[in-house]
Amino acid sequence: MALVETSEAAGPASAQSGYWSGVARRLVRDPVTMICLGIIVALILSAVFAPWLGLADPYKGSMIARLKPLGTEGHLLGTDEQGRDMLARLIYGGRLTLFIGLMPVVLAFFVGSVLGIVAGYAGGITNTVIMRTVDVFFAFPSVLLAIAISGALGAGIVNSLVSLTIVFIPPITRVAEAVTSGVRALDYIDAARASGANALTVIRVHVIGNVLSPIFVYATSLTSVCMILAAGLSFLGIGVRPPEPEWGLMLNTLRSAIYVNPWLSALPGLMIFVTSLCLNLLSDGVRSAMNVRD
Amino acid sequence: MTDKLVDIRNLTVRFKGGRTVHAINDLSLSLDQGETLSLLGESGSGKSVTLKTLLGLLPPKRSEIEGDILVNGTDIRTLSGKALQRYRGGEVSMVFQDPGLALDPVYTVGNQIAEAVMRHKGLRKEEAMDIAFDMLQRVRIPSPERRLKNYPHELSGGMRQRVMIALALACRPRLLLADEPTTALDATVQIQILLLLRDLQREFGMGVIFVTHDIGVAVEVSERIAVMYAGRIVEEGTTHEIINDPRHPYTRGLLAANLHDVAKGERLNAIPGAPPALEAPPTGCSFAPRCPMAGPECTAGVPDFVHLGPRRRVACLRVEPVPAE
Repeated sequence: MALVETSEAAGPASAQSGYWSGVARRLVRDPVTMICLGIIVALILSAVFAPWLGLADPYKGSMIARLKPLGTEGHLLGTDEQGRDMLARLIYGGRLTLFIGLMPVVLAFFVGSVLGIVAGYAGGITNTVIMRTVDVFFAFPSVLLAIAISGALGAGIVNSLVSLTIVFIPPITRVAEAVTSGVRALDYIDAARASGANALTVIRVHVIGNVLSPIFVYATSLTSVCMILAAGLSFLGIGVRPPEPEWGLMLNTLRSAIYVNPWLSALPGLMIFVTSLCLNLLSDGVRSAMNVRD
Repeated sequence: MTDKLVDIRNLTVRFKGGRTVHAINDLSLSLDQGETLSLLGESGSGKSVTLKTLLGLLPPKRSEIEGDILVNGTDIRTLSGKALQRYRGGEVSMVFQDPGLALDPVYTVGNQIAEAVMRHKGLRKEEAMDIAFDMLQRVRIPSPERRLKNYPHELSGGMRQRVMIALALACRPRLLLADEPTTALDATVQIQILLLLRDLQREFGMGVIFVTHDIGVAVEVSERIAVMYAGRIVEEGTTHEIINDPRHPYTRGLLAANLHDVAKGERLNAIPGAPPALEAPPTGCSFAPRCPMAGPECTAGVPDFVHLGPRRRVACLRVEPVPAE
């Protein structure tokens, strides 16, 4: 062991390349994660560029072309109960569903990280106030909490965003607090203070640098839950309002068509399932690719 | 007294909480410019607490500090805010025990050294990186330009400690505090780090307070040794005096509890008993329960220092004020 001191080779091959290129290399070698990434990217791209894809108008119905089965001429995925093109509605629906499925996690990631890092670093009374307040929200199951807040605020996209953000702040705060108080006890925080860094510098440079990736990885694992919750709110009629295309809402309105055309009514559910599964597997893959220190 | 680099007078540190711990009891200590002093003592004798007090790193809410701590003539207990930040790392810096824990794992070694330099000298990133490179050369790391871009986990323990030393010395402090910097390293690397520290101390002319529990290490690096026991200094003198003419029974016990010169199969000389709990302030000599020479008068009051010469003192009733010879 003593000879390591004088020998040239210190680390493995990673000595030349950085941490992130190592993560990327491991990700590329993981086929499941890459497929999931591909599907998610395709969904996001199709949602973003929906108006330029030459699709039918997702709002324009037709009384004579209602509940056409899959593969109908002009309507590849059939039509819904008002005769609107399902393919267009599913792709346009991705816009809203992905937006209210991902945005709350992004917002909660910022708010929760700030709260958790402050609580974890400050300790004492600040920690108690923040963490006990957060604990109150843990008393409610997340679905119930989302329904209660959305119900109180009323239906609408902004209100669903707000309620889902509130639902996801507590778990992220808790994770952020746990990693921060773990990092704060380490010597390099003392070492930074001993070299004259003030509290803000210590937090900005040494705490955030070390806690952000575990918090981020945790947050990605929440996206699939959030998507399902968002769709659930719409399904219950307290999220997105008709006639906006949204997968949860579509699932609800096509519910009655299940006896007439079961495949058609399963489509929005399939989209929700595939998307949340891919998000889940993707976050798992990212987590294991990032989890190789030392 | 302003020529002293460090002058600690009657320092007392107590930790409050579930139970009170009297970590440092009435400690006085001084260090000249450019001098190396070893604080020698076993675990829990207050060595590391003394260092952390010098940097003001103790948690303010849970610790009670009394006494004066003068560094370069300023009482560091009056420092706060910007002045404290300038003092930490600028005037005084510290080398920690475990370099694996004391370096931030998410930044490259060069960035971490440059960060401290930029903070204290107000330099631009490129200039700070030049200084970091220069420091890595001075601590004799092989291929320093590559090491600048390495993360701590890519370096061996000895190299990390060299980086830690480079980081501590980058802003040219007047005083370096070393908290058992070689304990986490294996024996051959230990020697290299000790020799490096000794050379750098001479080169930079700084004062060093070196905390260790290893008397061999203390002899290797320091001119003076202060032996600590239960939050007090029990004996102080030059390294030569401590090694050749130890007066306090605890120092004698430490020197006797040495693996050298012991015949095979013979029992090792250990000091019987264990260090006292520090929950109450001492009322007598803390070492008395373990001392072979203790009498009833030893527990009656805390023994005063007997001064045997300039800067040579022993806190033991059994020591005659004038050397016997």
